[in-house]
Amino acid sequence: VSDIWLVIGVVAAATIALKAVGPVLLGGRPLPAHLTGIVDLLAPAVLAALVVTQVVGGNKEIVLDARLVGLGAAVVAILLRAPLLAVVVIAAAATALVRLVA
Amino acid sequence: VTEARYRDGARRIAPIGVAAFAFGLSFGVLAGATGFGLLESVVMSTTIFAGSAQFAIVSTLAVGGGIASAVLAAVLLNARYAPISVSLAPLFHGSRIRRLFESQLIVDESWAVSRRDDGRYDRRLLVGAGLVLYACWNVGTVVGVLAGDVVGEPSDFGLDAAFAALFLAILVPQVRSRRALAAAVLGGTIALALIPFAAAGVPIVAAAAACLIGWRKP
Repeated sequence: VSDIWLVIGVVAAATIALKAVGPVLLGGRPLPAHLTGIVDLLAPAVLAALVVTQVVGGNKEIVLDARLVGLGAAVVAILLRAPLLAVVVIAAAATALVRLVA
Repeated sequence: VTEARYRDGARRIAPIGVAAFAFGLSFGVLAGATGFGLLESVVMSTTIFAGSAQFAIVSTLAVGGGIASAVLAAVLLNARYAPISVSLAPLFHGSRIRRLFESQLIVDESWAVSRRDDGRYDRRLLVGAGLVLYACWNVGTVVGVLAGDVVGEPSDFGLDAAFAALFLAILVPQVRSRRALAAAVLGGTIALALIPFAAAGVPIVAAAAACLIGWRKP
């Protein structure tokens, strides 16, 4: 087996297990009551981290570039209660525009 | 609240499907240029189905980083799926095999759009959105490997900012309570602080720990 297939096999097995651990081992049962407070806050914590890493994340460095303008446009669109589709399109268009003129 | 349908999830994710296709395409281009064959690239996209981890594998091997560091980078990037998977566990029903297959459609974007307005998560929204993303990602990969660089970089079209916009648009309505706001601020701060020091993926896993402020005594 080549190195590439070894990497693919190990990472695929690990990823499948990471995604399946909840549904396969605990599926269909409600979570213990004292955990619901934690689970309710998982989305805000992880989504905020995803926003940060997607906007300023680089290769072990913080990179400030056109993505910030896109996010700013998204903030305005969200404040104006634009639908999800519009928010995403506006952010992409603003970012692309900055890159085009920069 | 009427029950959501698979179609609703597919509709919600549609704009992100375009971005997923473009990034799948650029993954295919990169994989092809790095010496991965069509079979290897497609098996990666169908079994791993996690963009950042797949890019990490290809780019690590491309610079001669060795298989151990490629595996480590990819697994760290996907580690966040463990807490997300556990939090979604109550949604999944049926046989173990069915739960195993459906759980593979959990990715950041399908998870994010599967939250209903009432704050609960919906399996049909997640599966509908996940199937669209799965199709877009894999078709993009195949086209990228076979056709090469036909449309340019996704970032030229601002598509790298599309994901951040999606996550922010889904985050904002959730920070209605003081605790949710605290979790978001703490999570974002942890991620920002760790980006310069930690391997990719670690900032997000560490930020997930911010949800522990919701702990109540049993």
